[in-house]
Amino acid sequence: MPNRNMVALRTIWIKECTRFLRIWIQTLVPPAITMSLYFVIFGNLIGSRIGQMGGFSYMEFIVPGLIMMSVITSSYANVSSSFFSAKFQNSIEELMVAPIPHWILILGYVGGGIARAVIIGIIVTVVSLFFVDIRIHNLAALFSILILTASLFSAGGLINAVYAKTFDDISIVPTFVLTPLTYLGGVFYSLTLLPEFWQWVSKVNPVVYMVNGFRYGFLGTSDVAFGTSLIVLVIFNIILFTIAYQLISRGIGTRS
Amino acid sequence: MKALDIQDLKKTYKGGTQALKGINLSVEEGDFFALLGPNGAGKSTTIGVISSLVNKTSGSVHVSGHCIDKELVEAKTCIGLVPQEFNFSQFETPFQIVVNQAGYYGVPRNIAKVRAEKYLSQLDLWDKRNSRARELSGGMKRRLMIARALMHEPKILILDEPTAGVDIEIRRSMWSFLTELNEQGITIILTTHYLEEAEMLCRNIAIIDKGTIVENTSMKNLISKLNVETFVLDIEPTTKSVTLEGFVSRQIDDHTIEIDLPKSSSLNNVFSQLSEQDIQVLSMRNKSNRLEELFVRLVEDGRNENKAEEVANA
Repeated sequence: MPNRNMVALRTIWIKECTRFLRIWIQTLVPPAITMSLYFVIFGNLIGSRIGQMGGFSYMEFIVPGLIMMSVITSSYANVSSSFFSAKFQNSIEELMVAPIPHWILILGYVGGGIARAVIIGIIVTVVSLFFVDIRIHNLAALFSILILTASLFSAGGLINAVYAKTFDDISIVPTFVLTPLTYLGGVFYSLTLLPEFWQWVSKVNPVVYMVNGFRYGFLGTSDVAFGTSLIVLVIFNIILFTIAYQLISRGIGTRS
Repeated sequence: MKALDIQDLKKTYKGGTQALKGINLSVEEGDFFALLGPNGAGKSTTIGVISSLVNKTSGSVHVSGHCIDKELVEAKTCIGLVPQEFNFSQFETPFQIVVNQAGYYGVPRNIAKVRAEKYLSQLDLWDKRNSRARELSGGMKRRLMIARALMHEPKILILDEPTAGVDIEIRRSMWSFLTELNEQGITIILTTHYLEEAEMLCRNIAIIDKGTIVENTSMKNLISKLNVETFVLDIEPTTKSVTLEGFVSRQIDDHTIEIDLPKSSSLNNVFSQLSEQDIQVLSMRNKSNRLEELFVRLVEDGRNENKAEEVANA
């Protein structure tokens, strides 16, 4: 007899994956189109005039950042919209009445977010192959940053959805927090181009560590040490998972 | 063993509304139990606390001997919940909904699929298994929630107004399905607004009003408390003033009389008096559901007692 918790985890995960695959036109296609536009405009048209960055062509330089950008957006959006929809339709009660430990519920949703992020990552990588030859410096580094980033933003999306009362509430954080952090996170430029003060300020932005850690996995070069990226990501993951666990176990937004 | 044992359960919501004011309730294993009460009485809050959708303020709840504070997993496993509002994803199919629910309770997928066929078939939903849930009719959605609640084969089935908005035919088929489940040993706890439903199905009953249990007894005992029934007699139109000695009666119009008949009195006496006055009775019926009258009376009595207590304490 399989372990009850593992059956529950698998069920939530399959349900989450089925959800985003069912609406693939909304969930999987848009990042491919958006990133193609980035590659054409920033990579081919503008990038050819920028020249080299960090010793690589501009297109090569921005590919890891753009993949990371889609990973961040999709993992966050997947969990925030799925969990909030479940609250909105009251179907979250299906999970609340079942004997599911809170950590299993969180892992199930985060697992769904990671699955979508990985698929999006693969799609964007494939799209980028039409524009540039990709080299991979360290697959393990690449994969660890990808999973840690996706899990971090999935947990963030879950926290957002717990507090959200309307659909508007789940778009506020992506618009006013995630987008600025991502654009200022070194996706399109090397931190070394910034004055020293702004380099220091940038290092407060956690996205910098994700983009640079990921870029290290592809190109073997980074504005911050890979080990630092890994540690920062692990710490942020622990913090957000702890917050999510506290909220779910106290029934915030789910129990009256 | 008791299927459900609630002691001094209190719930005050954030806004200060005191939904439960210390209720005590116990349901024996295998019982078919009704929890009745007007809107806002605390029925759904009680069910919410039992099924851990609502955090209690104080008091204790034991489900099949498991305290929900200490053995929540065991307590949850014993319960199958059919809530009042539809609470499944409208975009999933009935098959996905029930199989997933089984999975949340740790039932492996291969077993869940077999059970899905069993319960969806029993509830006449097998043909609709691959339709989107939002495409189902109201009655089908209610039956889907019953099938879903049975997927982990619980000991106790709690239904919060399961037949609300369901047509008579489906309601009767649901009644017979629930009776079969109860005969198989499943304890059934039901809230309903249809008092004849409670009378027909349930052995024991509790009436709750404003967060207080005003009556908790067997259905037989409750019915025996009915000592006056009101009958409406349709008579041949008459210009006479009808009088019935020894009875409280009202002549509504020239062809209708209402009579309050104490349980100890005989209808023969009424008819003989009417015959003497040359009044022809064409038909006769109960004025209203007798249980409904009793329900209203018990709730009003409870409220009067509360008021008296408040005045005494003032």
